[in-house]
Amino acid sequence: MLEVKDLHAYYGKSHILQGVDMHIEAGEVVSLLGRNGVGRSTTVKAIMGEVPPQGTIRFKGKDIAGLPSYAIARLGLGYVPEHRDIFPGLTVRQNLLLGVKNTRRPGKWRMEDMLDMFPNLAARADTPAGVLSGGEKQMLTTCRTLMGDPELIMIDEPTEGLAPLIVQQVGDLIAHIAKAGLAILLVEQKLSIALRISHRVYIMGHGRIVFEGTPDQLKANEAVRKEWLEV
Amino acid sequence: MLELIVISTLNGVLFGMLLFLLSSGLTVIFSMMGVLNFAHASFYMLGAFFGYQLTRWIGFWPALVIAPLLVGAIGMAVERYGLRNTHKHGHVAELLLTFGLAFAIEEIVSMIWGKSPMDYRVPQALDFSAFTIFSTNYPAYKMFMLAVSVLIFIALLIVLKRTRVGLIVQAALTHPSMVAHLGHNVGRVFMLVFGVGCALAGVAGVIAGPALVTQSDMAGLLGPILFVVIVFGGLGSLPGAFIASLVIGLVQTFAVALNGSLASLFGPLDPSFNATVLADIWNVTIAQIAPILPYVLLVLILIFRPMGLMGARET
Repeated sequence: MLEVKDLHAYYGKSHILQGVDMHIEAGEVVSLLGRNGVGRSTTVKAIMGEVPPQGTIRFKGKDIAGLPSYAIARLGLGYVPEHRDIFPGLTVRQNLLLGVKNTRRPGKWRMEDMLDMFPNLAARADTPAGVLSGGEKQMLTTCRTLMGDPELIMIDEPTEGLAPLIVQQVGDLIAHIAKAGLAILLVEQKLSIALRISHRVYIMGHGRIVFEGTPDQLKANEAVRKEWLEV
Repeated sequence: MLELIVISTLNGVLFGMLLFLLSSGLTVIFSMMGVLNFAHASFYMLGAFFGYQLTRWIGFWPALVIAPLLVGAIGMAVERYGLRNTHKHGHVAELLLTFGLAFAIEEIVSMIWGKSPMDYRVPQALDFSAFTIFSTNYPAYKMFMLAVSVLIFIALLIVLKRTRVGLIVQAALTHPSMVAHLGHNVGRVFMLVFGVGCALAGVAGVIAGPALVTQSDMAGLLGPILFVVIVFGGLGSLPGAFIASLVIGLVQTFAVALNGSLASLFGPLDPSFNATVLADIWNVTIAQIAPILPYVLLVLILIFRPMGLMGARET
């Protein structure tokens, strides 16, 4: 479904992505792991066109490298950025409404379902989203992207800075999305969620992919974990 | 005294609402695109000149509709073919573009219409006095200007708060790239907002033209005040722009109307100070310093509250 070949990206003069190769099939849950600053977020940003990409990015067979973000999103590629960019002045409900791309054709995720899933959001449906807690903001941004009916959703660091109990809830939400048949690219630092729900994992180091395999293969391979993940 | 207060309040609110027609567009454009549009007052001037010309050809009422549309279309073209291409070179390039545009528009206007004031008159249907308070006849046209400004203010509020486009605009004010990631064409929203902002400036020009002076230096006269308003209110804040517009409008009007000086308040100075600088300060009237008051306000607000009255970020 998503195919990335020899992807390079630069921030000014620094060469951040140095030839990333990866692919995600329909309905597959893939995690992108690695230490801070190895280029995981940049990979996702380059795919979304937020950082100018060089190389091949194909989504559902269409070359999307260099397309504007909104056009990529409209093809069915959802993106939840790492800083949980909610619209603080708008209410929870308005935030969710803005996730809808086409008001005439309802998608498979309905506002009512979202609010049923998260009683906390339902209780604050008409308050400005700026007052939500970190965990609630994460739920809101993820739900907002789902409202646009993506076929593949890329979620960047959803558990960063959250309490363990909330991390568990975020994990449940992602598992729920996977069960609905969406392909997921999860960018994470914590192994627990990634190993629990992924079909496959990639590990990044120095701007390229250094390991690819199943969660079980990663668990078995202590050398890789030592070299690329553990601090 | 009461008469002075009532009339000045009316005039001040009127001037404030006119300022708001301009500052609302300017501040929304700034928070969305991060670029201060130096040419904003020039679009106001274009509105006045288009209004004048169209009034001569087809009458005031059609001009009131068509002139702002024309100005809005020019604004959209400037965004689409000018700013959007300059954007990748950073804000300085965009700023310079609008800066140059302001001069270009002024020169073009004076090439076409000359440098002297136009004979842009109040339409006959509105050329009477609305009411008489005390001994002053208050012109109906001023009430009409006030009504148009208030109507546009209400319409703007409804569009912004109640429609989907309004939601997208509000969200794009703070998080443009997130809005794009949700599949909304932010570039088109920017163009639309720029166009509407310029059209609002155009409306202000059409209705202010007959009341003030329609002349090729009118943009240069109003432009600086406009920047005071949006910095005072807080860059990017619509409520801030609204309050600041009214404050500046009232301050300007009252200051011009008041003849007080320190001498009239505390009595004349001892004659032995007559030759010193103190005497000048003592005798200067508020009306005389009226033109610098907005800029004094600007300096004060930048020192004591750099984000402006209601702004979220520092200027």
